[in-house]
Amino acid sequence: MTRLLPDTLVMAERNLVRLPRSPDLLIGFTIQPVMFVLLFAYVFGGAIVTPGYDYIDFLMPGIIVQNIAFGGFVTALGLSEDLTKGLIDRFRSLPTARASVLAGRTLADVVTNALSVVVLVVTGLIIGFSFDASFVEILGGFALLLLFGFAFSWIFAMIGMSVSSPEAANGIGFTLIFPITFISSAFVPVESMPGPLEAFAELNPVTVVVDAMRHLWLGDPSGSVLGAVAWSLVLIAIFAPLSVRKYRSTASN
Amino acid sequence: MTQEIDQPAIVVEGLVKSFGDVRALDGIDLQAAPGTVLGVLGPNGAGKTTAVRVLTTLLSPDAGTARVVGLDVVRDAAELRSKIGLAGQYAAVDESLTGTENLVMVGRLYGERRANAKVRAAELLDRFDLAEAADRIVKTYSGGMRRRLDLAAALVAHPPVLFLDEPTTGLDPRSRINLWETIEGLVAEGTTVLLTTQYLDEADRLADRIAVIDTGRVIADGTATELKDRVGGRRVEAHLSDPAMAAAAVAALAPMASEAPTCEGALVEVQVAQEAGSIMEAVRHLDAAGVSADDVAIRAPTLDDVFLALTGRELRAGTAEQADADLEEVAA
Repeated sequence: MTRLLPDTLVMAERNLVRLPRSPDLLIGFTIQPVMFVLLFAYVFGGAIVTPGYDYIDFLMPGIIVQNIAFGGFVTALGLSEDLTKGLIDRFRSLPTARASVLAGRTLADVVTNALSVVVLVVTGLIIGFSFDASFVEILGGFALLLLFGFAFSWIFAMIGMSVSSPEAANGIGFTLIFPITFISSAFVPVESMPGPLEAFAELNPVTVVVDAMRHLWLGDPSGSVLGAVAWSLVLIAIFAPLSVRKYRSTASN
Repeated sequence: MTQEIDQPAIVVEGLVKSFGDVRALDGIDLQAAPGTVLGVLGPNGAGKTTAVRVLTTLLSPDAGTARVVGLDVVRDAAELRSKIGLAGQYAAVDESLTGTENLVMVGRLYGERRANAKVRAAELLDRFDLAEAADRIVKTYSGGMRRRLDLAAALVAHPPVLFLDEPTTGLDPRSRINLWETIEGLVAEGTTVLLTTQYLDEADRLADRIAVIDTGRVIADGTATELKDRVGGRRVEAHLSDPAMAAAAVAALAPMASEAPTCEGALVEVQVAQEAGSIMEAVRHLDAAGVSADDVAIRAPTLDDVFLALTGRELRAGTAEQADADLEEVAA
């Protein structure tokens, strides 16, 4: 276990060094989120009624959480690529801490997620978003986003270790994460959804985190930061051990 | 901790591993002395890769035991991992990193400090003729360069035992020979190598002992010479000037043959018990019978013959070039 931290850092460094060399990934972290913000703010914004808030204020916490939820995609793609190329075999034959290959991925995601959040917040501020929060609350919001992103990265780690190819990881990831982020309070008030969807949205951890973010950044009275932290920790507690166990028994195909 | 000279570096006893209904390993026994090359020869799907994965702690066996440098692959897996190197069928290197970055990463995962890992990386890149490409991203490397980098990665921690799973599959002939020379160099320095291959010439050239495996079992083992002897020793081949004389030649050569000579067109084959003097003897017999031959030669059996004799099947196309062509067909 004493090797866990140094090995994890080596793996995280590997994943971050790769980043600037993959322009498509960098675009995914920076330009794509900006595009979504602009699309939502200007295409849907006028048609969506958000009582008490301008749509841009309502949208930013939601779209940032959605982005963060997708931030772990790199982990799923990267791990399934490592599997198909035999790198997982190599790592497993080395005397490394068993969790380090996955933890290095999820930790690298925290860094890229931080980059995405900054890009999104700056974009939001430019087109009219404004915080209604103290400096500590703003920072707390950042921390919550990164924690939630870390939790989702472990879900993606499980997906990456379980599928046969990067393409499959892509397919499963999208089919799973897209509905989860959309059937939530991220883009529209949940009261506007039909009954069953509203019920799902109320329970959805994405809703819990989005509401907590609106609580922290906009002073919305309804969100529970504690609930959002708890959800994130529960997801980590479930998916981190599961995916590490999967890693220990999975050989490249 | 001194290792006794006669303690084998690899001992495998009764290893069994199933995937669902398929018994990939069906009770395999293997042994390799320190500083030697054990060739594991067999067709695709024979269980070679599964055996390597068990020995490198990637898979746990269903039954049987395997010890490498005295360490059990299951119980002592964590300790064993620092004593082995693995180079697989595909070059398991990160294509987005440079050659140096790949080797430094592996070194640090062995627990080395960055500075030491860098020194070792430079050493290996130099040795494998990759020094000029050290700072290039691996994506730009040729297949042969990637394979060399992969082998270098397996050697980062100076492992006493090296597992090479079909190291030359898909390489061009010159890269194969380079890799063979590298492997021979490592063995000369005392490294024990377990090498799986489907190429007979590769096993013949590199391996001190060969285990032939098929459908998860060892069907024969020994030195290349021993295996060839098992197939029925050597034979004299006489290429007659006139195919019509074949019957006369068969009759003339019968006294020296261990089995009845066979003929096919102008070629007469005679199994002989011993090599020494048999060409001279054949020439005398033919001469006495008035049969003239263009050529009389002795031919030792190849491992191709061995595999064919043991299984009734061809291992695969005989030469690497053909094998590669086959591979490409499969890929296409």
